[in-house]
Amino acid sequence: MEKEEYLDLYYQMVLIRRVEEAAAQLYQQGKIGGFLHLYIGQEAVSTGLISARQPQDRVITAYRDHGVAINCGIPAKKVMAELLGKTTGVSKGKGGSMHMADVSKNFWGGHAIVGAHLPLAAGLALGDQYLENDAITICMFGDGATNIGYFHEALNLSKVWNLPVLWVCENNRYGMGTAVERASAVSEIRQKAEGYCIPNDCVDGMDVLKVRQAAEEAIRFVRQNNSPFFLEIETYRFRGHSMGDPERYRKPEEVKKWEENDPIGIYRNHLIAKQIASEEELDLLDEKATKETAEAVQFAETSPEPPPEALFEHVYADVS
Amino acid sequence: MAKITMREAISQALWEEMERDPNIFILGEEVGVWGGTYAVTKGFYDHFGAKRVRDTPIAEAVIVGAAIGAALAGTRPVAELMTINFAFSAMDHIVNEAAKLHYMFGGQFILPLVIRTVGGGGRQLGATHSQTPDAIFAHFPGLKVVAPGTPEDAKGLLKSSIRSNDPVLFIEHATLYQTRGEVPEGDYTIPIGFSKVQRPGRDVTIVTYSKMLETSLKAAEQLAKEGIEAEIVDLRTLRPLDMGPVIESFKKTNRAVIVEEGWRSFGVGSEVASRIYEEAFDYADAPIQRVAQKEVPLPYNRNLEQMALPQVEDVITAVKEVL
Repeated sequence: MEKEEYLDLYYQMVLIRRVEEAAAQLYQQGKIGGFLHLYIGQEAVSTGLISARQPQDRVITAYRDHGVAINCGIPAKKVMAELLGKTTGVSKGKGGSMHMADVSKNFWGGHAIVGAHLPLAAGLALGDQYLENDAITICMFGDGATNIGYFHEALNLSKVWNLPVLWVCENNRYGMGTAVERASAVSEIRQKAEGYCIPNDCVDGMDVLKVRQAAEEAIRFVRQNNSPFFLEIETYRFRGHSMGDPERYRKPEEVKKWEENDPIGIYRNHLIAKQIASEEELDLLDEKATKETAEAVQFAETSPEPPPEALFEHVYADVS
Repeated sequence: MAKITMREAISQALWEEMERDPNIFILGEEVGVWGGTYAVTKGFYDHFGAKRVRDTPIAEAVIVGAAIGAALAGTRPVAELMTINFAFSAMDHIVNEAAKLHYMFGGQFILPLVIRTVGGGGRQLGATHSQTPDAIFAHFPGLKVVAPGTPEDAKGLLKSSIRSNDPVLFIEHATLYQTRGEVPEGDYTIPIGFSKVQRPGRDVTIVTYSKMLETSLKAAEQLAKEGIEAEIVDLRTLRPLDMGPVIESFKKTNRAVIVEEGWRSFGVGSEVASRIYEEAFDYADAPIQRVAQKEVPLPYNRNLEQMALPQVEDVITAVKEVL
């Protein structure tokens, strides 16, 4: 990797962190409605993963999608505008926090029904296989999604039809407030892929470079073999499941212990220790992220609300 | 005009569309090697091959979910759900995904997707295999719901559904496949979202669709012998619902009977009756009557099953009630 790439990974992670911290404030001010699921603590997962894709590769994820959106190249201001429900938002203010997508960036959402996007991912990969595109589909989901039927239908079909799809389980140890071992018959999630003869791997999700390397290998496998691969990425969310989560299901000491493993801190220390970047360079990137976030908030707050006629737009694609 | 069966009409539409556009493919349970459980895709596997006629596991959620994904990726899939009763296993993907993705992402997602399925009772298949839950699916904006009653409409509407860029639920009726009817030669389409007068009349308006069109036509024949001329409006599409011909007919006859195979409560008849009252209340000379399935899970026993399903006599009784 070139130095620029190293710094870009750092910048993406810091930008996600700043954007989400700002979003949390705006939520508390009542400017963001609905649910808000923060990605804080998990930034290394999507940053490492998506940095390993080719532009033609599709990404689809669940509702904890702000970070993934930014990693896919969606400007922070369009993410923020969507959170505020503005017409300049990535989904024109109609999707909100859980439903962001940008087809031009090959980001296929943002899906809020747990596990339901896995069959869609199988279909995206089927479409590419059918059309003989040199593209794979990267499908991210949480540990909680591995207990629902859709997961099993989708994994099974992906193997039966040898679909070019990379299944990525972000195991953050809790499906909402229920710990993995209280909800899943096997606590090592990757074992579920074994049941469908899908080759698999597991990687530390707090280290962006390890994630990137595992992702590169997994993506190469899918592309070369034209068949699925399963990557479990172990991570932890520092904030509640969503805003307003009383967090009765875990102890503050546990969260504190994980926060000492902050993926941004780990990576920052690595860059300095390996003399890839200086503290000053990284501080400048921190400032840049803070500035971009402030501009995103400004953009979102000053953007127009969707006009009333937007209500009936896009119910159907056909012009009748 | 050739006289063919409903099965042949649907099969021809699929075949001709697949010949026309290589991006169209079929996926579903037993659509390939078996040839379709209702034999609609018989011969397709040998002609189009395994890539375009894809046998799936018995897993409805991923059949519909994968069809959605493949549509987003630029193909035009036709998914087959063996019966509409199994569509409940794919309900989430039909109503939470297919019906919403275009709107929810601000118009970015295009879903040229058809879900073909088979509904209706009358074949002693018991309560879980005989339902007519069409109204449930018609409840959701974003989905188009088509349910033809003649071979001509089936062929033309299926072609339009395949060419549509919206998700279409295309509901066939299990006991209509042998029904014969005239079908125009060559390539033709019938646009989605238009009701049609299938029989002109002056005395009463019968609003119906799918299998109940056949039942209503038989009732109208008998009524004609008594000098009562029923006008039959076939909805053909439940969403978007075209009330134009219904209202026009009602303003002429001032009386209406709505005939559907599904249950009366919260059904198609409830919706159509409401709309007639909203749009043409002053023209009503009698309360609108609804003919529908008895409010029971459909029983296996033949006599009981027939008692539960709407019959020709039920339509005649209802018509006489409004006259």
